[in-house]
Amino acid sequence: MRIERDVMYIFIATLFLMVAIPWVTGQLSEEIFFEWPFFFEVAIGGLLAGVMYSLVALGFVLIFKASGVFNFAQGAMVLFSALTLVGLNELGLPMWLAIVMTLVVMLILAVVIERVVLRPLVNQEHIILFMATIGITYFLDGFGQTIWGSEVKILDLGIPSEPGFYFDGKILINDFDLIAALIAGVLVITLALFFQYTRIGRALRAVADDHQAALSVGIPLKHIWVIVWAVAGIVALVAGIMWGSKLGVQFSLALIALKALPVLILGGFTSVPGAIVGGLIIGAGEKIAEVFIAPLIGGGIEDWFAYMLALAFLVFRPQGLFGEKIIERV
Amino acid sequence: MYERNIGEVVLEVKNISLSFGAMRVLNNISFNVRQGEIRSIIGPNGAGKSSMLNVLNGFYHPQEGTITYRGETRSQMKVHKAAEQGIARTFQNIALFKGMSTLDNIMTGRNLKIKANILQQAIYWGKAQREEIEHRKKVEGIIDFLEIQAIRKTPVGRLPYGMQKRVELGRALAAEPEILLLDEPMAGMNVEEKEDMSRFVLDINDEFGTTIILIEHDMGVVMDLSDRVIVLDYGLQLADGSPDEVRSNQKVIDAYLGVAH
Repeated sequence: MRIERDVMYIFIATLFLMVAIPWVTGQLSEEIFFEWPFFFEVAIGGLLAGVMYSLVALGFVLIFKASGVFNFAQGAMVLFSALTLVGLNELGLPMWLAIVMTLVVMLILAVVIERVVLRPLVNQEHIILFMATIGITYFLDGFGQTIWGSEVKILDLGIPSEPGFYFDGKILINDFDLIAALIAGVLVITLALFFQYTRIGRALRAVADDHQAALSVGIPLKHIWVIVWAVAGIVALVAGIMWGSKLGVQFSLALIALKALPVLILGGFTSVPGAIVGGLIIGAGEKIAEVFIAPLIGGGIEDWFAYMLALAFLVFRPQGLFGEKIIERV
Repeated sequence: MYERNIGEVVLEVKNISLSFGAMRVLNNISFNVRQGEIRSIIGPNGAGKSSMLNVLNGFYHPQEGTITYRGETRSQMKVHKAAEQGIARTFQNIALFKGMSTLDNIMTGRNLKIKANILQQAIYWGKAQREEIEHRKKVEGIIDFLEIQAIRKTPVGRLPYGMQKRVELGRALAAEPEILLLDEPMAGMNVEEKEDMSRFVLDINDEFGTTIILIEHDMGVVMDLSDRVIVLDYGLQLADGSPDEVRSNQKVIDAYLGVAH
């Protein structure tokens, strides 16, 4: 992958600001406690959370690449997979079997979505496919909670969640976050390589660009869509497991998807590496802002910081860091 | 005039009728195409020319009639089958993958030639790697042939119209088709670009022996290039024959010039 020079500049500038602003505010204000180990603790915590955002964003990127459509249902898929997993587990299946069964369910779901929703809409405008995904969202939200119930459930994978101390006890990191980030990272990198360096990646982009032309050169639209939705389903499951064990399995999991939006705007809707970098920047950025800037203005930055950052990006670089620039001849 | 090398009938359509609701787009059309010939379909706007091509490559499914290709008679083509059996096409309003480079666009044309499975492709190893290199060679050959070396890495959305048409032709060629369907390859081009495109059409036909079905509005081009011409008007078949026969056909003259009532 070639990295453009201005992407490099933006990247370096962002890093610089992330370090400089906390330092400056730390010097200026009595209320803000700034020390390097503490700063790194906050930053690392943010980065780890960011990997989890990347994971959710990744599901969006995959489907966007293959159909040019923003899949509104990604959040619902996260919720649905987590509900199914916990539900199966409660039925008495051991956890590993429940995970395998949920994978199978997500694959079936991909086939059904392709057959029932996407195939009749071949060659339609993107906006129509988008609206279809809104339909899928409502269906999955309702269907999942009808079958498995809507009360908050606990998902316990047995991953330790005690805080661990690193670097001579100076930096405190939650072990669960570390493991979750590790799993998410491996998944993200695997998928990035898969779609960047295989011919399937090319077929995906072709399908996203023009259904009819893709058909005419013999790209099997059906297969591509099933593959992509299945992979998005798997990603949703992993995200569901990770976020579910962190927050409990409940309806608010579906809203995690909203956090993926600014990540996508930052990284670019069409780029897998973009989803990773975007997630990291947002994750670290919002934590740093919350700890080192919020006290100055009365707190509560974390909830909206990501969206503001995304807004700034929309103004100056609408295609995101790694997105394809839209060129239109008139 | 060089020696034409025209063989057996490879494609035959009989009594094809196609309607959309109450609109009859094609009415009882029959013709055949011989191996290695350049067969043109002409007619005023809305005559059903593009619909005919869409029937041939399976985008449209006619209500009546049969299509015989490679000795197999059927009532409709399937898009994927048509592509597999060597029917490639270009589109009237260019249908390229705009965000992708010229090279990648043409590579998609080789999609059906790829034999390595998904897993091999994923790790880009063994067969997949050998294949990729081999396909790349073929594609570079096509790029040389169409003289588009300079725009190899340019996203096609950025190219001028005439060049986009050329890339689209390249993508169709990459499939090494037996029959090439060209839907107005010269529309909107200037004289020079038309000459280039005509040369490519003749060279493709001559060098690769590809059978070509061509829709074109420029009568000069059509009459020069074609071996035989079909004339459609409002979904009806007015005439079918050599350029000279068609040119002197009274019905055709009336359709094009209008007739006094």
